[in-house]
Amino acid sequence: MSPRLMLVTAGRVLRQVRHDRRTLALLIVVPCVLMGLLAWIYADTPVFDSIGAPLLGMFPFLVMFLVTSIATLRERQSGTLERLLTLPLAKADLVGGYAIAFGALATVQALVAGTFAVYALGLDVAGQDWLLIVVAVVDALLGTALGLFLSAFAATEFQAVQFLPAFVLPQFLLCGLLVPRDRLPDVLHWASDVLPLSYAVDAMRTITVDASAGADVAKDVGIILGFVLVLVGLGAATLRRRTD
Amino acid sequence: MLKNPPVGQPAIRVEGLRVVRGGRTVIPGLSLEVPHGQVVGLLGPSGCGKSTLMRSIVGVQKVAGGVVEVLGLPAGTEPLRHRIGYLTQAPSVYTDLTVRENLAYFAAVVGTPRSGIAHEVARVVEMVDLGSHVDASVGALSGGQLSRVSLAAALVGAPDVLVLDEPTVGLDPVLRRDLWVIFRRLAADGATLLVSSHVMDEAVRCDRLLLMREGEFLADDTLSGVLASTGAADAEQAFLALVDQARDRAAAGGTTTSEVSS
Repeated sequence: MSPRLMLVTAGRVLRQVRHDRRTLALLIVVPCVLMGLLAWIYADTPVFDSIGAPLLGMFPFLVMFLVTSIATLRERQSGTLERLLTLPLAKADLVGGYAIAFGALATVQALVAGTFAVYALGLDVAGQDWLLIVVAVVDALLGTALGLFLSAFAATEFQAVQFLPAFVLPQFLLCGLLVPRDRLPDVLHWASDVLPLSYAVDAMRTITVDASAGADVAKDVGIILGFVLVLVGLGAATLRRRTD
Repeated sequence: MLKNPPVGQPAIRVEGLRVVRGGRTVIPGLSLEVPHGQVVGLLGPSGCGKSTLMRSIVGVQKVAGGVVEVLGLPAGTEPLRHRIGYLTQAPSVYTDLTVRENLAYFAAVVGTPRSGIAHEVARVVEMVDLGSHVDASVGALSGGQLSRVSLAAALVGAPDVLVLDEPTVGLDPVLRRDLWVIFRRLAADGATLLVSSHVMDEAVRCDRLLLMREGEFLADDTLSGVLASTGAADAEQAFLALVDQARDRAAAGGTTTSEVSS
């Protein structure tokens, strides 16, 4: 493993995104537009303040999941992955490079969306505003890590895109946003305990209602970062130099 | 570039290579030795196993049996990755980056020090004659230019062994001739090249020919040797004659190479 090659790879991925201006614009604008829409449909009600934060964590997660899945699938299909695997690049350098590049994009995206939600849309939570942004960044990282890992199992774009309804929407249903997790049937509650998005939503809900919940949020953030590390590690482990 | 090749040890050694893909035996049992500095042409129709053999040599192909060594080391092992250049059949570069950005990335990956990258990029760009397009986005290039970018990416870091899968496909005759001049020059500097093609007239450029069909070598000889043994006028005629011979042998119930090795 080489930190230099990891950074060189991250730089290359970011350069690719920079050449694709529309993707860059979509990455930054879409979560803001969705938050704006959410604030608008719940105008003059307290609902935006109660579900705004969990959804602020959800949108960057979804977007980064999709972008990362497709980017790594493209690397595989274009033959550049095969070339890279014959070169002195460790698998961890490649996966780590992607994680750094998309992690950086995710950070910018979550910063912009979070700032927009709090200052332009007036999202009002009991906890500190900066905590919202920290959790949004961590959630976006989680989307990146999940995309990196799952894209290894997608042979085509059709499959990669369907991994969203297959692996992300069940997490959305079970994360506590529709029905609080402790009121789910037992089996589903246990399932939600091992799904990373549950902790993302837990952290955001805690910030929403509790002014002094730093420790609880830190625990959730720690768990999510644990998932991120495991998923990135699995992403590197499932990459095979020799294929059929 | 390898200055003092070890005496007696081949650059590429394949022994009893067997590859099975999707339940089908693609290579039943191949053996091959390539000495240092040789330009070997791997000729045969598409689907005959050329790419599979090349992928085995660069170490990205799952193999079912046999030995594949490059520069005395098992294929695909870590120390070899600095020393082997691989051109995949389809151009494998990033179409959303410029020529320079692509080559600078691959140069960094093969270990070119930061200060040497610009020089290395300029060197390979000049070799494949893409100087006027160095800041063009690869996606905007023509097919021939695209395959030259891909070739340039295989040349960065001046590897000792080059495995080039159809490097001249789709190129015009002038460019093909120029590339063969480069390949000869690389070999003169000590590099070993295995170059595949389904264009039989490229045979005249090679020190040695491997005529391949259905995962086996029909011939392993110089062009003049192949022509003499078949009485054919050119490589294509020789290839057809060899295919006919193999078919006649099989029809007569004689043992073919595949029955011996499997």
